[in-house]
Amino acid sequence: MSVIECNNVSIKYITGDLKAIGLKEYVVRKLTNNYHITEFWADRNITFSIEEGDMLGIIGSNGAGKSTLLKAITGIMVPSEGSVKVKGNIAALLELASGFDGNMTVKENAYLRGAMLGYTREFMNQKYKEIIEFSELGDFEDYMFKQLSSGMKSRLAFAIACLVEPDILILDEVLSVGDGAFRKKSGDKMKEILESGVTGILVSHSLSQVRELATKILWLDHGKQVLFTDDVETACNAYGEFLETKVLPTNWEETEKLSLDYIERVKNEREEKRSKEISKLEKILAEGDKDTAVEAAIKIISHRTPELLDLEKIKEWREENNS
Amino acid sequence: MESIGKSIKRTAGNLRKNKFLFEELVKRDFEQKYKRTILGMGWSVLAPLLQLLVMKIVFTEFFGKNTPHFTMYLLSGNVVMSYYKEATKNGMTSLVSNSSIITKINVPKYLFLFSKNVSALVNMGLTMIVFFFFCIIDHITFHVDFVMLLYPILCLLILNLGVGMILSALYVFFRDITYLYDIFLTILTYLSAIFYTIDRFPEKVQRMFLLNPVYVIIKYFRVLVIDGQVPSLQYHMLCMGYALFFFIIGCIFYKAFNKRFVYYF
Repeated sequence: MSVIECNNVSIKYITGDLKAIGLKEYVVRKLTNNYHITEFWADRNITFSIEEGDMLGIIGSNGAGKSTLLKAITGIMVPSEGSVKVKGNIAALLELASGFDGNMTVKENAYLRGAMLGYTREFMNQKYKEIIEFSELGDFEDYMFKQLSSGMKSRLAFAIACLVEPDILILDEVLSVGDGAFRKKSGDKMKEILESGVTGILVSHSLSQVRELATKILWLDHGKQVLFTDDVETACNAYGEFLETKVLPTNWEETEKLSLDYIERVKNEREEKRSKEISKLEKILAEGDKDTAVEAAIKIISHRTPELLDLEKIKEWREENNS
Repeated sequence: MESIGKSIKRTAGNLRKNKFLFEELVKRDFEQKYKRTILGMGWSVLAPLLQLLVMKIVFTEFFGKNTPHFTMYLLSGNVVMSYYKEATKNGMTSLVSNSSIITKINVPKYLFLFSKNVSALVNMGLTMIVFFFFCIIDHITFHVDFVMLLYPILCLLILNLGVGMILSALYVFFRDITYLYDIFLTILTYLSAIFYTIDRFPEKVQRMFLLNPVYVIIKYFRVLVIDGQVPSLQYHMLCMGYALFFFIIGCIFYKAFNKRFVYYF
């Protein structure tokens, strides 16, 4: 039984002159035929399903329709066509730091946000201390929210969101919050949650993060579904190649080919880097004095055939040389 | 019919589920309103007092002489009108001002509107203290029937929710509605016989005043408090009829556009 099932989901997005336009301007523009609305498909025929314990990584360049798709899954938007079926409660962490009220204190904001995420008052009473401790805001509890720095704001947001024990967790570029120390702390916390076997969706521009966490990949491009697979390695490789060459695969064979290209390219790049270094060393060998030449020779050998070297002897030689 | 029943059931379920959120939102609206003012809650009491004072000074000369209990006559109009104004005006902006939340977290949007209405209602409750205080000053004897005042207030609450739903949806699409609505409110104030009596108009015109729901509610207050009578059953039905009419229109309006809001923020 799937936890999330998207069937041919298409979402039409409307944009154009409609935002923040007055009635007066609307009428005038309508009369002068100057009212333009553009409709486009932010997502077109997206089909996938994930099971319990899966972590779906959604990849794709900007404007691929990732965030819109997430909005459809969380229920903020309604798909124009197709259906989304979700089993269990969702905690979506989209753009964490927004939606707070600057004129309320940290404590009030924490409770309000908790309420929005569907916690109960008792739960918040219990966990409030933990939240403040985790976000390191103990001295700021009664400060107005607008007086906090932006780092503090996102720390609070993250701390509240972290407490969730949802069935489904949706993360949209949220694993990079705060300064270095806090980032590590939040990263650890996130991993702890993920390892507890929660079903999740992860949107991230960091491929290594996706490789590490995802068990399935959905690749979107300009609203279209490029592929959906549980072969994370191949998909990520192909995506890496796509970022370089801008060639989209149209079927699985091409994806595999792209993936091989990627591996080949990465290998070549590594090879190239190595041979560059070696030629540099060879130059030293040819031009330098005796000691530097020997050092360079050792380095080259240790690159190519390290088993030939007797490390003990080299150490002895180096000590002798230095004295 | 079945789908209406279903959506009512779903709404009720949502309200229960979001009780904590709802309470927090009401609290927030209330604090937003009073935290920044030195007078705090006292302002709710003071504002109608000042308004009453001015009206009393200005209009007693013209209308007050032949109207018994003119102070209460004015005050009934003011209390009802300012509640209506506050609830609908705040309700109108409730969706847009919370757009940053609505686009990120899946919460029922109408909660923002409802919470504004509740805080306006509480505010109205505070002004009712002034109302009863002046009942004493104006030598009106309290009566058990005054409990019936809850009925027009309930009707007004339902009416405000309905109008709020229409306005908040419109405001999402057209932000200049707020200016138009201000003009409308001014006209409505003059048409609601707050500071004048309507008995000098011909019979026909007098009946036309009943087309104005706010006036109907104000009149209920006056008949009950000043004349000491409970209005007729038909009058009760008229009050509730208006309230339900606007509420249902509001629901239909809101439901029709609900899903498109997100594109306009």
